Amino acid sequence: MKQKASTAVVAPVSSEKSLRRRLRLGERIVEGWIFLAGTLAIVVLLGIITILLKEGLPIFAHTSPLEFLFGATWYPISDPPTFGILPFFVSTLMITLIATAVAIPIGVGCAAFLAEVASAKIRETTKPVIELLSGFPSVMMGFIGLALLSPLVQTMFNLNTGLCGLTASIMLSLMSLPIIVSVSEDALHAVPQEFKEASYALGATKWETIWYVCIPAALSGIAAAIMLGVGRAIGETMTVLMVAGGALAVPVSPTDPMMPMTAAIASGIGNAVRGDLKYQALFAIGVILFLMTLTVNLVADRVLERQKRKFAR
Amino acid sequence: MLTKLLKRRFLVPLVVVLVAAVVLTGCNSTAATTPAVPTGSAPVTALSGSIKIIGSNTVTPLTSVWAEDFMKANPKVSIAVSGPGSGVGIAALIDGTTDICQSSRLITAKEIDTAKGKGVNPYEIKVASDALAVVVHPSNPVSELTIAQLSAIYTTQITNWKEVGGRDAPIVALARDTSSGTHAFFKEHVVQMVELPTKNTKLEYGGKVLLLPSTTGGVSEVAKNPNAIFYPGMGYITSAVKSLGIKKTATDIAVLPSVKTALDGTYPISRLLLFYTNGAPNGVIKAFVDYCLSLEGQKKVTEVGYVPLAR
Repeated sequence: MKQKASTAVVAPVSSEKSLRRRLRLGERIVEGWIFLAGTLAIVVLLGIITILLKEGLPIFAHTSPLEFLFGATWYPISDPPTFGILPFFVSTLMITLIATAVAIPIGVGCAAFLAEVASAKIRETTKPVIELLSGFPSVMMGFIGLALLSPLVQTMFNLNTGLCGLTASIMLSLMSLPIIVSVSEDALHAVPQEFKEASYALGATKWETIWYVCIPAALSGIAAAIMLGVGRAIGETMTVLMVAGGALAVPVSPTDPMMPMTAAIASGIGNAVRGDLKYQALFAIGVILFLMTLTVNLVADRVLERQKRKFAR
Repeated sequence: MLTKLLKRRFLVPLVVVLVAAVVLTGCNSTAATTPAVPTGSAPVTALSGSIKIIGSNTVTPLTSVWAEDFMKANPKVSIAVSGPGSGVGIAALIDGTTDICQSSRLITAKEIDTAKGKGVNPYEIKVASDALAVVVHPSNPVSELTIAQLSAIYTTQITNWKEVGGRDAPIVALARDTSSGTHAFFKEHVVQMVELPTKNTKLEYGGKVLLLPSTTGGVSEVAKNPNAIFYPGMGYITSAVKSLGIKKTATDIAVLPSVKTALDGTYPISRLLLFYTNGAPNGVIKAFVDYCLSLEGQKKVTEVGYVPLAR
């Protein structure tokens, strides 16, 4: 827009009519560009969903959806192959839940400290460092988990092997922490000063102000932060592939070796010939993973909406 | 008026999207055909071109050495080797995305059918053989196992080392993931015991077995876990792990894996390492394969720790 206006000024103005025409043309180009950008995102999304469904759904002609979801055996290269994804599903659920449970209190606590307690100097040095953590490649986190954390977990819980769901969960919580801290800190920071002042005026302590005023006021932002963290934990592949152990049994305890859905797809897709049963089964896992993240987002939206209404009253 | 407006508004972006799509798919197809061009154009004097080799994690150390030496002798040739697993290599051969597939297991009849269906004609070349060692932590008192015991360990019928004469400690069985030729070979020859009278093709890896994405990862886990057991190819054995003697049946004598025992056939878990190409190789690919099979190439096999082809 700006550019169009400036060229119009620089160019010799022949008449007001042509200037207006030129402006309208510029307007239309920009409008079209924005429209295009918006459409492209939707087209790509729809394309991904279509491919997922097209490649994944045919597996249900071989394995019934019930058997696929609740079958406990995954032997894709046996004859005949069986495709039951219950072990992967339970693993993903277990690892994500533990990772979130670890990351939320630490993340929100850290954000509250940075936003309300820490001095400006501490905040300005700590926050960039935490944000730097989120730029860590996941394969490096896998390495750290493999070399440092897994022996620690093994001796601490007296396990047969340190490659287990718990190790993966801890690594994932570390990986989702930066997002949770950074986004919740922004949300807490955005709480109007008047709220806090009113709270202090009523005689509330700092702790009471944080717990009863700041966090509730910033809850929509904090919830968004947590959802982003959960999203990262569900979708993370490399780290869990490296440290979760990759056993095919349905995990009973978090300290069992397990294989989450992302790891199953990553380790299996390489040798799947395009269009064969295993390929379809892996895409079907992708569909279910997609449905899971969709559900998380929808639930988050619902919670946010309710929270907003409650807060508006 | 409104429809006209709508049409105009949608028409331009639509056209742009379509054009973009065509351009993108165009890019894709050219990218896919590019590697084929240099290999196809046969050299007149000096060899030149590029070869893509995908497949077995086990064969990778050997192929890398061959590729390096071949490239040193023929500077205009570039060879890219990657080893995600034999299954991956065979899938890539079928999909036409690799020149050579390196494999540590035979291609299955089903895979040949799929390949033929896609117009690919797998051509088999034996390049070396390999003995699969069974390794444990050096502190483990167990020094030999029978195939049947190994099968029971990997189907998790035996879960404690004391059942095979070791300490009272749980067995942590490590295996490669399903894209590995080693996984498939071990399953067939050890877990299902196809060469023994106790053969049972219904047997599968137990659910508690850890499936690892790489052989090196398995060896390093055994090196630090006193209760672990794993089966790397002979080229992957390090001094930090202990190889077990393998007995075909309880009455046979235990044989340790070595080039000698693999060559004379006394070591029970050995296998061929193979190259698969689409049809008989020609041009620069043929030159490379010829080098691998030459006396010099086979000498490298021993150096890297595998077993050369019997002559």
